[in-house]
Amino acid sequence: MIELYILLIFMIVGAIIAVEMKDLLSSIVAVGAVGLALSIVFLILKAPDVAITQLVVELLALIILIRATLKRDLPFSTSGRWFLNTFITVIFIAVFLLIALVCLKDLPKFGYPIMRVSQEYLKDGLLKTGAPNIVAGIILDYRAYDTLGEATILFTAVMGVLAIARRVGRKREGQEDIEDKEEF
Amino acid sequence: MSRESEQGMSVIVKTVTRLTVGLILLYGIYILSHGHLSPGGGFAGGVIIALSFVHLMLAYGKEVALRKLPRGAASFFESMGALMFLAISLLGFTAGTFFLNVLGKGEPFRLFSAGIIPLCNIAISLKVGAGLFAIFVALVLLKFESETKK
Repeated sequence: MIELYILLIFMIVGAIIAVEMKDLLSSIVAVGAVGLALSIVFLILKAPDVAITQLVVELLALIILIRATLKRDLPFSTSGRWFLNTFITVIFIAVFLLIALVCLKDLPKFGYPIMRVSQEYLKDGLLKTGAPNIVAGIILDYRAYDTLGEATILFTAVMGVLAIARRVGRKREGQEDIEDKEEF
Repeated sequence: MSRESEQGMSVIVKTVTRLTVGLILLYGIYILSHGHLSPGGGFAGGVIIALSFVHLMLAYGKEVALRKLPRGAASFFESMGALMFLAISLLGFTAGTFFLNVLGKGEPFRLFSAGIIPLCNIAISLKVGAGLFAIFVALVLLKFESETKK
């Protein structure tokens, strides 16, 4: 359980950095670190569905935020360093292939997936949860933690939309011309 | 629902809406309350309940729909749903662990059975329905305001 507390402290520190940082790009990177730590926390708490959702949404949001923050494209130079770039790429491909070689051995044979958990659900689902609709029994009893995470994600999304679309804090006429152009 | 209201769509749409909106709301309540017995559940039921209010707003204009369910009430119901779901999950600590089904299972295939699952469905439907309606209202008001600017 110690790694959970380390991750939680890391997330709190990252959130404080994200709020306090003056540079927008740095604070977005800090937000991304918090999201990555959150997905690992979900994985430790045995909620892999929410971990995958959190990771995907975090990546998408990060890309959109970075694209909205930067005024122009980042300088990207490929000339002059082609040897180093190719070398690093080949090394990463080799490392990935080695790890994949080890991992793929443990996968079940094609066409014979491991269905131990599903078998358990189908066998004792009605007895343990008391719900004839097995889907409701799974999402609200066996995997209720995932449902809580998804409900939190939806709640945050609604809060974000209401905060953006509210009337308070919007700029008056004439004041918006200069500042709007700077942001995009 | 004022029949003389000038806003909204034509008389045909308004009449059909007046006849069907209650049935849609009732169907949503049925879907969510039988979520542990038949297909459906909290999410689907909440969306249908939100759609009944959206239907009302489309046919009669925003004033009538907002009189039935004001924006503040939608926000309140959404927060209440989230808090209720969290409270049900914390209720499990009275017997041991998080999200433990503390209530009696009851007899299977009956409406009042399966312990906390129907309560969770009600909480989720409150949250989802009020949240979707709040988003719709926010977008509608935003659009009207930007139109008046021009």
